[in-house]
Amino acid sequence: MSTRLQTGGRLIDRNQRLSFTFNGTPMTGFAGDTLAAALLGNDQMLMGRSFKYHRPRGVVAAGPEEPNALVGLGQGPRFEPNQRATTTELFDGLSAISQNHWPSLNFDIGAVNNHLSKFFPAGFYYKTFMYPRAAWKHLFEPIVRHSAGLGKVTQPGDPDRYEHFYAFYDVVVIGGGVAGLQAALAAGHAGAKVLVMEQSAHWGGRAPVDGVEIDGKPAEDWVSATLQALEDMENVTLRSRLMGAGVYDHGYLLAYERVSDHRPGTAGPRHRLWRIRAGRIITATGAIERPLSFAGNDLPGVMLASAVRDYVVNWAISPGDRTVIVTNNDDAYRTALALQMAGLIVAAVIDARPTATGALPQAVRDAGIRVETGRGIAKVKGRARVEGVALCAQAGEGAVLEEIPCDVVAMSGGWSPVVHLWSHCGGKLTWDAAQAHFRPDPDRAPADQDGAPFVIAAGAANGHLQAADTLRDAAAAGQNAAVALGRDPADGTAARANAVAEEPLLPVWIMPQGAGPDLRSKMWLDYQNDVKVSDVQLAAREGYESVEHTKRYTTLGMATDQGKLSNINGLAVLSDALGSDIPQVGTTTFRPPYTPISMAAIAGEARGDTFLPLRRTPMQDWHDANGADFEPVGHWQRPYTFRRGGEDRAAAVKREITNTRTNVGLLDASTLGKLVVKGPDAGKFLDMMYTNMMSTLKPGRCRYGLMCDENGFLIDDGVVARLDDDTFLCHTTTGGADRIHAHMEDWLQCEWWDWQVYVANLTEQYAQIAVVGPKARALLENLGGMDVSAEALPFMGWADGTLAGHPVRIYRISFSGELSYEIAVPAGQGRALWDTLLAVGTQFGIMPYGTEALHVMRAEKGFIMIGDETDGTIIPQDLGLDWAISKKKDDYLGKRGQARSHMTDPDRWKLVGLETLDGGVLPDGAYAVAPGSNANGQRKTQGRVTSTYYSPTLGRGIAMGLVHKGPDRMGEELEFARTDGTMMRARIVDPVFYDKDGEKQNV
Amino acid sequence: MKRYSAFAIAREAARNHIGWGRAWAKRPPKKRYDVIIVGAGGHGLATAYYLGRNFGITNVAILEKGWLGGGNTGRNTTIIRSNYLQDPSAAIYEKARSLYETMSQDLNYNVMFSPRGLMMLAQTEHEVRGYERTAHANALQGVETEFISARRVKELCPIINIDGPRYPVLGALWQARGGTARHDAVAWGYARACSDMGMDILQQCEVTGVRQADGKVTGVDTTLGEIGCDKLGIVVAGHSGVLAGMAGFRLPIESVALQALVSEPIKPCMDVVVMANTVHGYMSQSDKGEMVIGGSADGYNNYTQRGSFHHLEHTVSALIETFPIMSRLKMLRQWGGIVDMTGDRSPILSATPLGNCFINCGWGTGGFKAIPGSGWGFAELMAKGQSPLCDAFGLNRFTEGRFVDESVAAGVAH
Repeated sequence: MSTRLQTGGRLIDRNQRLSFTFNGTPMTGFAGDTLAAALLGNDQMLMGRSFKYHRPRGVVAAGPEEPNALVGLGQGPRFEPNQRATTTELFDGLSAISQNHWPSLNFDIGAVNNHLSKFFPAGFYYKTFMYPRAAWKHLFEPIVRHSAGLGKVTQPGDPDRYEHFYAFYDVVVIGGGVAGLQAALAAGHAGAKVLVMEQSAHWGGRAPVDGVEIDGKPAEDWVSATLQALEDMENVTLRSRLMGAGVYDHGYLLAYERVSDHRPGTAGPRHRLWRIRAGRIITATGAIERPLSFAGNDLPGVMLASAVRDYVVNWAISPGDRTVIVTNNDDAYRTALALQMAGLIVAAVIDARPTATGALPQAVRDAGIRVETGRGIAKVKGRARVEGVALCAQAGEGAVLEEIPCDVVAMSGGWSPVVHLWSHCGGKLTWDAAQAHFRPDPDRAPADQDGAPFVIAAGAANGHLQAADTLRDAAAAGQNAAVALGRDPADGTAARANAVAEEPLLPVWIMPQGAGPDLRSKMWLDYQNDVKVSDVQLAAREGYESVEHTKRYTTLGMATDQGKLSNINGLAVLSDALGSDIPQVGTTTFRPPYTPISMAAIAGEARGDTFLPLRRTPMQDWHDANGADFEPVGHWQRPYTFRRGGEDRAAAVKREITNTRTNVGLLDASTLGKLVVKGPDAGKFLDMMYTNMMSTLKPGRCRYGLMCDENGFLIDDGVVARLDDDTFLCHTTTGGADRIHAHMEDWLQCEWWDWQVYVANLTEQYAQIAVVGPKARALLENLGGMDVSAEALPFMGWADGTLAGHPVRIYRISFSGELSYEIAVPAGQGRALWDTLLAVGTQFGIMPYGTEALHVMRAEKGFIMIGDETDGTIIPQDLGLDWAISKKKDDYLGKRGQARSHMTDPDRWKLVGLETLDGGVLPDGAYAVAPGSNANGQRKTQGRVTSTYYSPTLGRGIAMGLVHKGPDRMGEELEFARTDGTMMRARIVDPVFYDKDGEKQNV
Repeated sequence: MKRYSAFAIAREAARNHIGWGRAWAKRPPKKRYDVIIVGAGGHGLATAYYLGRNFGITNVAILEKGWLGGGNTGRNTTIIRSNYLQDPSAAIYEKARSLYETMSQDLNYNVMFSPRGLMMLAQTEHEVRGYERTAHANALQGVETEFISARRVKELCPIINIDGPRYPVLGALWQARGGTARHDAVAWGYARACSDMGMDILQQCEVTGVRQADGKVTGVDTTLGEIGCDKLGIVVAGHSGVLAGMAGFRLPIESVALQALVSEPIKPCMDVVVMANTVHGYMSQSDKGEMVIGGSADGYNNYTQRGSFHHLEHTVSALIETFPIMSRLKMLRQWGGIVDMTGDRSPILSATPLGNCFINCGWGTGGFKAIPGSGWGFAELMAKGQSPLCDAFGLNRFTEGRFVDESVAAGVAH
């Protein structure tokens, strides 16, 4: 059983006892524990079930590489699945549940898969579940989905806060082990601005566990002293619980800080996402120990040798009473010594190498521990917990020589540098045959914008596994990073570590060497996804030879640990099966993030009201208080209509239209884009931007303009007013303001950079109010301040002046067909003018109206709407707007596009009005059918509805549409298809339904 | 070829699965083929498959510079739908969707086509009108879609927040027979079937030049040597411009990276595919339990196939607003694929200025769902010189202005 030792534990505080629950069972641990350590302290080795076969699984590792010990953490809206127990700091009140089982962790029905595993090899689902056809969706897929899935579903209503933090550093050191600290020291001494981050809560990494001595002191002391030295340097920042998550182009680095995961519910954000620009990034990310592949290597109690050492030394945990260590290298012997020092029994060290004569094996032998060389494990005995191992010759086929009872197997297959961050942005790897691992290739580092390498690997992450080499390498990395950024070289001397010489490892990819199919189908490579040696060999046999094919066919390395333990072992097995070298097979691609990061941290503060913040007009408060029924339009919400009493939307719209056409209406038009275009070349520029001639517009006058893209398609429209010789004010659609501004800047900056023109977006500087209707003039005259008569301010003119004491600019333009004044006023005075207009307007029957009334009135008048009559495929000529296209200009954007053969084709669909025969309203977007079908069997069409409304003014449905040769077919009847297949008949008419001669607007 | 079935698995289980043969053969290149397809992605393999199946042309090689299915076929978010607006698009995507329905049986390879239903959320009045238009168009095109209410959206996908503060859901365009499939399996299944017809799949075989005489293609130079052919089909997505350059013509294509990500796996909580174009994100849940999320394309041209962060931020914040349970899930992995974008966001399936050389490219962000239809039509075009499915997608449309603009209906990735 696993228990807490009476003494020791460098990271725990025995004075602070913490309570927590696991699957509802109350347990206790100490401050400084990880959840995994605390569970082991409570004899809870079984921590989860695997993904595919639902096999019982215990903890394997002590860090972020852990594939098995995943739990659901927290409750209610704070519940979070798939949390690694090995990186979860224990806190009082923690509640954890295990995953992927039913009804319980100890008894899981899903484990029947385990007994059927012979029938479920890699990729079995590609070969079956095909008949009958409907069964995949209705039978097999639901079964697969429910048996997979791992963690429980989260709940809505996350109460926590998340934030982003932007930072700039010369040098960012990722990893707070001795390499990271040494590198930071060197870079800091050279004067660079340095950030050092450590993903866990503790500095120093493995060195203190491994008993390393630095500068004659225990590593622990050197770490404390170095931390103090770094803290004393003003140019160095230290952060723990901060993980390097992803490296991107141009020195962009994403780091993930778990601010309060260990004290949930406290003030401040839960996670903080650091968005860093770094001159140089040093990856001092250490190395991860590899498992060995032997039959039964996934039983609870089989752990990494380094993890066993960690649990004993850091948390005073005895993972079991009797441990067998199995290794192919010297390092694992440290575990034997650590166990013995803690008073635990090491039954044997089984070393696959023919001999083990180094200092560490010798020390172990001297301690009286049995060492067997040239041996391997044929099989681990036990069902839900290790009970013993069967010894065999590593060179043989697995004939059992002896059985050794034990309850822990500590395995070590050598170490692989953590190269993820190095690789994210294109850093390449080289195969180090001596250490049997991939390490960063310094000649093929990720390059920055100048082609210089911007990521530097240091220490164990660079393949230097011995402490002395690690420190030397790290000091050089820190020094070089600073110097590359132009800092002066400073003291780059490395601290000196004691050097215990280690003998070379023996690459061992399966154990024993000649294991047959039966044993190979019990050797796990990827624990979480249940991928075994036999699966990789099957993939190779079936021709899935690329490492990417094998990964995808077997799901090797696709679990939440992304193959941190399994990838190298898997591709070694693959290369063996293919008879090629490991470097030829290569690795799969390392993708960000290093370990999973919360979605909420990625979103940061952009949630709820701060997700795409709403833009508000000066009159928005009034709208809110007066029954506005809003619709989102671009960055705004505009009142669709203002409902009164028990009115529904349609009744309110009808009332607003009728009132506007008979009395006077008020529209908040502030959201319309307002771009000022200014400069000696402004007229010439606008002549290119618009199809119309703008340079001839007289100051004081307005002109309706059309804007097209290079292909000739209509993209925006609006009224342009010439303010003076050099200055134009261009109105755009509400949704178009930012886009058209960018469009203008694009042409000015990329094509016509020598033209003297500036563009400024003044949309929010002005409130704009349309006063519309036959009584509009009377209302404005009542306000007083300026002459708004037809003579002083004729149709399509504008004038500056004062209205009710407010400085205003009034445009005599109309989008409704009525007498209409659009009044621009500085934004700060918008609400006051709005209130005055409403108050004074009472005697004239004034009512505000919303966007729907605006739309209906413009349709009654036959005015087009960008986004309704246009959709990115429509040219002005389709809409009968030829009159707005200047024939005198040499060029404008879209002119050439509009000359292409398809654009001048007489067969194009063109704008017409549509009048239903029964007075009803045509459905939005309905198509007019034509006889027959096309070569692909689709019904032929000859037109479509672009806008359709009930017109209260006419008391019937009206519509605009695009119809094949429409204007030549006035009076013809068309059939429009509803989605249910029934037809609605409509007659082609003139699109102007109301006041064809413009007598009402031009008064 | 050994037939795949539950029975075959049971038989192999008895002997530790040592009897399974190669899914596709590994053979050296011949000197000459009737047809060479460059690019062993989904579209290239499907083209080869239908050349054999529909036209009996089996002296075919499919050349792949990396590993088959390793481009966008293996990097997309696996969505299948055909609710397109324009007639030519609806025709080819619906052809594809209908072929997906029977693909597992046709290929004897389970591609896990899951017609779980797909909805495109309408979150502005403008989108409502746009999708109503699409529904009308689809009804006449023989594509089954309907515009559904917000309440129905919530019933079909309970984890959606339809009352978001910024963009409440107003309804959705629903295609009940849209869904997903296992992307790798599509490539593998076609590869196996092509190999079974005697075609050669040549991996690690990069084309370095296109040979021609008298204005017609005669073969290609490759890293495995010169290989002759009567007809050449270029089906290489993001690298189309490079191949076109070798063949001596230019393409109106820009290549950009499209971003995608997955969450850690959770138990089933979402049975449909949801696309939210207003907020630029779409999501489905894989059979493994991961939430598969598609984002926007990077705003600059590149070939890196790498994930970038800036668009991700917007995609994820939008998804948390739409699906509040996402807040406490974690991002497991992000990646990018290079998509070949045309000006009208529609593909090019066309003859080229070089005789007997054809090109299939420009699928942009929507290629996976089109694979079988694209292969069907392109095979017909290569075999007969003309195909109704491809007629509208010729290269000449760019000079004539005869665009098939789908960004009309879906302004973003699709």
